[in-house]
Amino acid sequence: MSSWHSARLYGLLAEFATADDLLDAVRRARASGFVVEAYTPFAVDGMPEAIGLPRNRVPLVTLLGGILGGAGAYFLQWYSAVVDYPLNIGGRPLHSWPSFIPVTFELTILGAALAAVFGMLFMNGLPQLRHPLFEVPDFDLASRNRFFLCIRACGAFDRDKAENMLRELPTIRQCEVAA
Amino acid sequence: MSTPEQDAPHRSPHRPPTSPDTDILRAGWSYASVSDKIADQVLNNPSGRLWMVAFLLSLVGVLVFFAATAWLFVKGVGIWGVNIPVAWGFAIGNFVWWIGIGHAGTFISAVLLLLRQKWRTSINRFAEAMTLFAAGIAGIFPVLHLGRPWFFYWLVPYPDVMNVWPQWRSPLVWDFFAISTYLLVSLLFWYVGLIPDLATLRDRAVMSRGHPFKQYAYGLLALGWRGEARHWARYETAYLLLAGLATPLVVSVHTIVSLDFAIGNTPGYHSTIFPPYFVAGALFSGFAMVLTLAIPLRHFFKLHDFITDRHLANAAKVLLATSWLVLYGYASEIFTAFYSGDEFEQYMTINRWIGPYAPLYWAMLACNVLVPQLLWWRSVRHRVWLLFAISLLVNLGMWMERFLIVVSSLHRDFLPSSWGMFYPTVWDWTFLFGSIALFIWLFLLFVRFLPAISITEMRKLVRETAQEATESATEKAQQPAKEGA
Repeated sequence: MSSWHSARLYGLLAEFATADDLLDAVRRARASGFVVEAYTPFAVDGMPEAIGLPRNRVPLVTLLGGILGGAGAYFLQWYSAVVDYPLNIGGRPLHSWPSFIPVTFELTILGAALAAVFGMLFMNGLPQLRHPLFEVPDFDLASRNRFFLCIRACGAFDRDKAENMLRELPTIRQCEVAA
Repeated sequence: MSTPEQDAPHRSPHRPPTSPDTDILRAGWSYASVSDKIADQVLNNPSGRLWMVAFLLSLVGVLVFFAATAWLFVKGVGIWGVNIPVAWGFAIGNFVWWIGIGHAGTFISAVLLLLRQKWRTSINRFAEAMTLFAAGIAGIFPVLHLGRPWFFYWLVPYPDVMNVWPQWRSPLVWDFFAISTYLLVSLLFWYVGLIPDLATLRDRAVMSRGHPFKQYAYGLLALGWRGEARHWARYETAYLLLAGLATPLVVSVHTIVSLDFAIGNTPGYHSTIFPPYFVAGALFSGFAMVLTLAIPLRHFFKLHDFITDRHLANAAKVLLATSWLVLYGYASEIFTAFYSGDEFEQYMTINRWIGPYAPLYWAMLACNVLVPQLLWWRSVRHRVWLLFAISLLVNLGMWMERFLIVVSSLHRDFLPSSWGMFYPTVWDWTFLFGSIALFIWLFLLFVRFLPAISITEMRKLVRETAQEATESATEKAQQPAKEGA
């Protein structure tokens, strides 16, 4: 039965009333070797460390976006003012870099901001309008006042072990999530 | 699917927190009740009739604004009072005024976030909306002001068939990039902040049933946000980075707007104090507008527990501080004019004092410098109707400042034979009041369809204030024990 189940099981979901309960639960589940997801109504301090986010690449992507924006803006101005459309105004230099700074600055910020937002969404796999968890009736409380732990049915998932562990935790309720 | 509610065999040592009575959040609020309170404002619209009246009234103003715009496009800028020598009239003054108002939102969201000011939490969302609308309206005015507004896209650099490029050495081109970047980054910042709240609205619309359309609309906008811990980690990083990026941006935007003036050699424009003076003025008028919006918002939506007297008093203190920065700008302009020995600068200054626009100058000083000094008194900072009146006067004063900067320098510059006067026509006033109606209309739409206070951050604030209260309680409990030892 368990093999038939785990073939179409997304995971086991447990609901908690407080962030601290969830933090404890996440630490215990990870110590037991489970693949864990946690769902909270706000960003809980200490959760990224507890859940073990491998590497947060948002800053790197933002930096690259900023460099791309700034370099692109400066190149655009240099190319159009010096190469493509040079205007000789009283012999003033074509490559007048100080007046290229404002636009370069603005587009650096714009590139970095766009990269930060779209990079964050991309790395989070969003938008994703359908998800197995949205089928769970109580899960809409994850955006209100409840904290959820999902033990994924993958890797070294042992259903009995997982249920035993959840039984020892102060959950409000538990359920299974169909894949 | 779900096993029925189980008796938890192991009782949790933790209880869901409720907020203690602090000066930024009143007592007794929990995760659930802050979520429901703010979400119900949107989903169930308890202030329906009053909102509708305000909405329809402002809609009339918006329609007048659009009609006036159509007439402007038919007849040209001649319907305004602008002419040579004063070719920049209300339109440019309104532009600078609106973009200045648009500064406080990002300042509150970004700078106060980086400075870890907790009182920002309940006012940042609507201040950001204010920023977005004000900056958008500001962006309309330079386009309306163009003689041939349908060519405004010539500012955009693209390889066109005319084989020309924008003039990169012109502050007007810088302005285009500054304003559009500011609009886009403000929009991103606002939207990223909204994503978890949109998910809350989506889920609340499901819970209360009977809102299928709202569920789909908010569901699409929430992008399928489900609050996963790794998502939150990247989200928080991105939000913090956006705050870090928006901080220099907010300073750069009004700096570049001021360069529109300062790069020209017109007396009164050609001054190095302009960038910091403009930025200070922008924060000043922006915080005034925050107060103008916050006071009715909390009154009509009954948000006294979230937007407390402390929030208003803090905003008032910023208003007082920035009024002194603005005064420094005025003083520095006067000092530089006389110290420079430039007779045109000196004449411009004296002309502001006793010339044809002098009443406006003295009224501006009264509104921007004299009136804010009342805020030294604690009793004034905590008297809401007085704060509201002061904020309106500051808005008025800052508009007069923008008008004076634009007009007083242009109307009498170097050559007395080409001096002239600017008299606003009825169309000038229509555009000013029409833009205010548009602003109010957009803001009403915002408070009706989106949460005016960040639900997510309020939940976090509940946790933080509750934690602080327990910490200080345990400290107090330990204190007498130590003394006894």
